[in-house]
Amino acid sequence: MASPGEANANVSHVEKKKKRPVRYWQGTEGKAKDDSKTEGQPEQQKRQQNRIKKKRKRDEQPDGGKKVISGKSDPFPGPPPIPKGKLEKFKRKGEIQKPLQHHYKLKDIITRSEEASEMAQKQAARFDLLLPEDAGFLEGDEDEDTCMISQEDIADAVDITSGAKHFNLKLCQFGPYRLDYSRTGRHLLLGGRRGHVACVDWQSKQLMCELNVMESVNDVKWLHTEHMFAVAQKKWLYIYDSNGIELHCIRKFNDVLRMQFLPYHFLLATASATGFLQYLDVSVGKEVAAICTKTGRLDVMCQNPHNAVIHLGHPNGTVTLWSPNQKEALVKMLCHQGGVRSVTVDKTGTYMITSGMDKKMKVFDIRAFKPLRSYFLPTGASCLSLSQRGLLSAATGDIVQVYRDVWSTPVTKPYMAHRVRGSVWGLGFCPFEDVLGVGHGEGFTSMLIPGAGEPNFDGLDANPYRSAKQRQEWEVKALLEKIQPELITLDPSELGYVDRATFEQRHQDRVEALGFDPLGKEKFVPKHKKKGRSSAAGIERRKRQVAHEDQRDVIRKTVEDRMKLEEERNRMKEKKAALSGKRSALDRFKK
Amino acid sequence: MKVKVLSRNPDDYVRETKHDIQRVPRNYDPSLHPFEVSREYTRALNATKLERVFAKPFLASLDGHRDGVNCLAKHPRSLSTLLSGSCDGEVKVWNLTKHECVRTLQAHEGFVRGMVVRHCGTSFFTIGDDKTIKHWKMEAPGYGEEEEPLNTILGKAVFTGLDHHQKNAVFATCGHQVDIWDEQRSTPIRSFTWGVDSFSSVRFNPVETELLGSCASDRSIVLYDMRESTPLKKVIMTMRTNTISWNPMEAYYFTCANEDYNLYTYDMRHLENPVKVHIDHVSAVLDVDYSPTGREFVSASFDKTIRIFPKDSANSREVYHTKRMQHVICVKWSADNKYVLSGSDEMNIRLWKANAAEKLGVLSPREKQAIHYSQKLKEKFQHHPQIKRIARHRHLPKVIYHQKNELKVMKEARRRKERNVRKHSKPGSVPVVSEKEKHVVSVVK
Repeated sequence: MASPGEANANVSHVEKKKKRPVRYWQGTEGKAKDDSKTEGQPEQQKRQQNRIKKKRKRDEQPDGGKKVISGKSDPFPGPPPIPKGKLEKFKRKGEIQKPLQHHYKLKDIITRSEEASEMAQKQAARFDLLLPEDAGFLEGDEDEDTCMISQEDIADAVDITSGAKHFNLKLCQFGPYRLDYSRTGRHLLLGGRRGHVACVDWQSKQLMCELNVMESVNDVKWLHTEHMFAVAQKKWLYIYDSNGIELHCIRKFNDVLRMQFLPYHFLLATASATGFLQYLDVSVGKEVAAICTKTGRLDVMCQNPHNAVIHLGHPNGTVTLWSPNQKEALVKMLCHQGGVRSVTVDKTGTYMITSGMDKKMKVFDIRAFKPLRSYFLPTGASCLSLSQRGLLSAATGDIVQVYRDVWSTPVTKPYMAHRVRGSVWGLGFCPFEDVLGVGHGEGFTSMLIPGAGEPNFDGLDANPYRSAKQRQEWEVKALLEKIQPELITLDPSELGYVDRATFEQRHQDRVEALGFDPLGKEKFVPKHKKKGRSSAAGIERRKRQVAHEDQRDVIRKTVEDRMKLEEERNRMKEKKAALSGKRSALDRFKK
Repeated sequence: MKVKVLSRNPDDYVRETKHDIQRVPRNYDPSLHPFEVSREYTRALNATKLERVFAKPFLASLDGHRDGVNCLAKHPRSLSTLLSGSCDGEVKVWNLTKHECVRTLQAHEGFVRGMVVRHCGTSFFTIGDDKTIKHWKMEAPGYGEEEEPLNTILGKAVFTGLDHHQKNAVFATCGHQVDIWDEQRSTPIRSFTWGVDSFSSVRFNPVETELLGSCASDRSIVLYDMRESTPLKKVIMTMRTNTISWNPMEAYYFTCANEDYNLYTYDMRHLENPVKVHIDHVSAVLDVDYSPTGREFVSASFDKTIRIFPKDSANSREVYHTKRMQHVICVKWSADNKYVLSGSDEMNIRLWKANAAEKLGVLSPREKQAIHYSQKLKEKFQHHPQIKRIARHRHLPKVIYHQKNELKVMKEARRRKERNVRKHSKPGSVPVVSEKEKHVVSVVK
C-alpha cells in the first residue's frame, strides 16, 4: 500500500520529506493522517482508501470496541471490571512461588494452572452479581432499639408467608424439647425430654411422623437426608425413618447425650455419659472409632463445619478437639473458670464461641487458638447457636438473645431478644431461612431473625426445593464422594499441599516404625571358606579389612568436607580483604 | 422499623412443568462448599478406580490367516480397511468395522516381507521371499477375472522392507541394499549401500519426504536423502535394530525397536545420544508405530505383549497381552488415533483400544464433560500415593513378571559391580556412563 503522497506530485508542498511507503504491518495512525490529505485523488487512490478503512475496521475489532451501526464506539470496552472484594471472596490461596528457569516444564504447568484458576475466580466473582436473593435485615427508626422490636411486630410487617414462619407449638406435656433442622432447612425434628419425637415439614406445617419412644430422649439428629434420623434415648441409640419406623437400635452406642452429624463424611459422632466419643459411619453402619475421653460426662458438643473436628466442652472449663484418627485430643483449651455450658463454631471454622458457668461468653480464634473477646452475661448462656451469616443466639434462662458481629466489634447490646415460656433446652438456626428454632419447656418457638440465613443456596449441595428425583441423584453422588474419616484433620486443605517432608524425616519415621534401618549398612559377615582358610584369625583379618575400607571412606569424606570449608573460608577472607583494601573516609581516624 | 426477611418464591426454584428440566441454582461461594480438597481427592480416587474397572482394551480378533502374520498395512484413505500379509505368502484385506476378511490373494511364495498402500489408496505393493515386488489393485477382481498383479518386478535378491513415498510415484525397498524405485520402471532409479549386506526395514520421513531411514543388520541405523547419491549418516548401536518409525508430527524424531529389549527415540540431527531410552519390554522389540498425533507410540515385542509409550517417557503407560497371543510381529496404530492393531505368530490380528478405558461410540455432551472433569482430577492428584498405585498397576503374565524382576536384579548387580570397580580404581579412570550413552557405539557421517 503506497502512501498517497507519493503518487501525486501536486501535493508535494504539504509533505516536507519523501515518506517511506506505509506497509500493512505499520500502525494505523499514520494511515489516518494520510487519509485527510487524499481528497480529489484518482480512482485508484479511492480504492486504496477503502481498503485502508476496511483494514482499520478490522484492526479496531479486537480492542473490544464493537462498531455499532450509528458509528459510535463502545464507551466501556473490554470485560466489565470486578470489584476487588468479590474477587477476594473466591480466592483459594496465594501465589505459587515460581520455579527456577531451567524447570521450564514445571513453570509452564504452573503458569497454566494459575491462569485457569484466575479465570475461574473471575467467572465466579462475575456470577456472584447475578445471584437472585439478598439477605434480610432489620433496622429500627431513630432511637428505636432493634432488640425491643417484638416478634409479632416483625411477623406483621413482613409478607404473609414469612409471617407464618413465626409460630409457637404448645407442647407442655413431654417437654423440654431438643430440635434439629435438616441440611436443606425444610424439615424440623423435635425431641421431647419425656419421649415425644416428631418430624415436621415446618414450612407447610405438615407432620411427617410423630411417636413416643416411651423413654427419655437426650438428643435428636437428622442424618444425611430427611428420611432418617437418629434419636439418643435413655439407653441406646436408635435410628428411625421419616415414617416413624424404627430402623436400627445400636447397642454399641449407649447412654448417648449429644450427637453431631458430619454430612460430608457420613459420620454420626456421639458423646455419651460414660465419657466415650464414638463415630458411626451411617453409610455402611460401622463404628469407625470409639474414643474414651476420660473426662466424665460429655453433654457439651459441637462440630466445626469447616474441618469436621468435634469440640467437646467439659465441667473443668476445658474445650477439647477430637478427630476419629487419634485417641488423644487434638487440642485442649482452658476456656472458662467454671464448667463449659455450650460451644459453637462458625461455618468458616475461624471462630469458636463458648459459654461457661462463670457467666461469661468468650470468642476464640481457633486457627490460632487465641481468645478474642469475652462478654459477661448476667445469667450466663445455656445454649449457643451460630447462623450461616454469623448471628449468634444465646439462651439465658427463658430469654433468647441474638447478637451480631460478636467477633469483629465489641457488642454491648443484643440485636434481637425474645422471651419464651419455659427454660430453653435447644436452639438452632434454620439453614437458608431467617428463622431461629427454640425448643423449651413449653414446646417449640420459631422466631424470625432477619439476616440470619444464607440467601442463595447451591442447588447441587443443599437444595430446599429439590424434587424426589433430585434428592436421589444427590444422595448417590454424595455417597460416592464420601470423605474417608482418615482425612479429618485440623487443616482440611492439607491434602492439597506438597508433601515437603524431607527424605530424611520420612526415613526416620520408617526406622521408628520398623524398629531397624532398612537402608542401613548391613553388617559384614565373612564368607565361610573351605579347606581351612576360614581360621579365626583369617575371619578376623577379613573383617578388619572391610572395617578399614569403611573407615577410609569416612575419612575421605570428612577430608573433602574440611577442604570445602577451608576453601569457603579463604574465599570469604579474600572478599573481606578486597573490601578493606578500599580506603574509606573514616580511615583517617584510624590509629 | 425497616425489615426484610428472606422470602423465596418457589416458582423461581422449581420447574414449571414436568417436561422442563430441573432448575439448579448455583452459588459458588467457597464457604458453602467445605472440604473442597478432600472431596476432589475422593472423586479423583473414584475416577482412577473406575478407569481400571473399565479398562477392557481387547476388541476383536481377526482370524483367517493360515500362518503367522508378518506384516500389516494401513489404508491411507479408509479407516475400516486393513491389509495383512502372512508367512505363507497370503495377503488378506480386512473390513475392520465388520471384523471380516473381504479379499484374499496368494501374493508370494514364502513370506510376505512387506506391504504398503499407495498414497492414493487405489493400489498396494507387496514384496516377498520370492524376490519379487508386486503391485496390486485395491479393488477385488470382477467375476471370472484372474487375481493378477498390475505389475511384477523380479529383483536380484530377497527384499525385506518396503515403503512408499508420501506424494510421488516412488517407493523404496531394502534387502541387500536400499533401492529407490520409480513405479514406472523395472530397475531401481537409485541404490544406496554403505558396507553392509542386509537391511531389515526402510521408512520414508513423513514430513521431509525425500528423507529415508533404514536399519541394517550391522547394528546401524542409516539415514539417506533420496536426492543425493550417498547415504547421509549412520549411528551404530550395541545391538541390532529391527524397525524404525518416524514421529509424524515432529518428524526429526524417530523411534527404533531394538533387539536389546529397549526402544530408542533419536533426534535425526543429533545421533550421538538418543533423546530417550524406553525400557519395559523383557524381550526383543520387533515393531513400533507412532500414533498419528505423534504423542505416543506402540511397540510389539517377542515377549508376547504390546506396550504403549508416551513419546517422552521412559516407561510404558500400558501393556496389552492375552493368554493366546504369541510373539507379536507387527503392530499399527490406526489413523483415527483410537485403535491399535497387532499381528502375531499364532495367525491372528488383534484389534485393541488405544486408550484402554475409553468408551466407544457417540458420547453425549454430559458424558464428555464428565470424562474431561475426571481426567483433570486424575491429573491433579496423580502424585498422591494411593492414586498413583492404582493408576500404575497392571497385571502381567507370570512369565513376564518374573522376567522383569530378574532383569531388575541383573541390572542392579551390574550397577553394583560397576560401582565397586569405580571405587577401587584410580579416580576418573572409570567414568560414569549414562543409560543413554551406553547403547551408542559410534556415529559415522
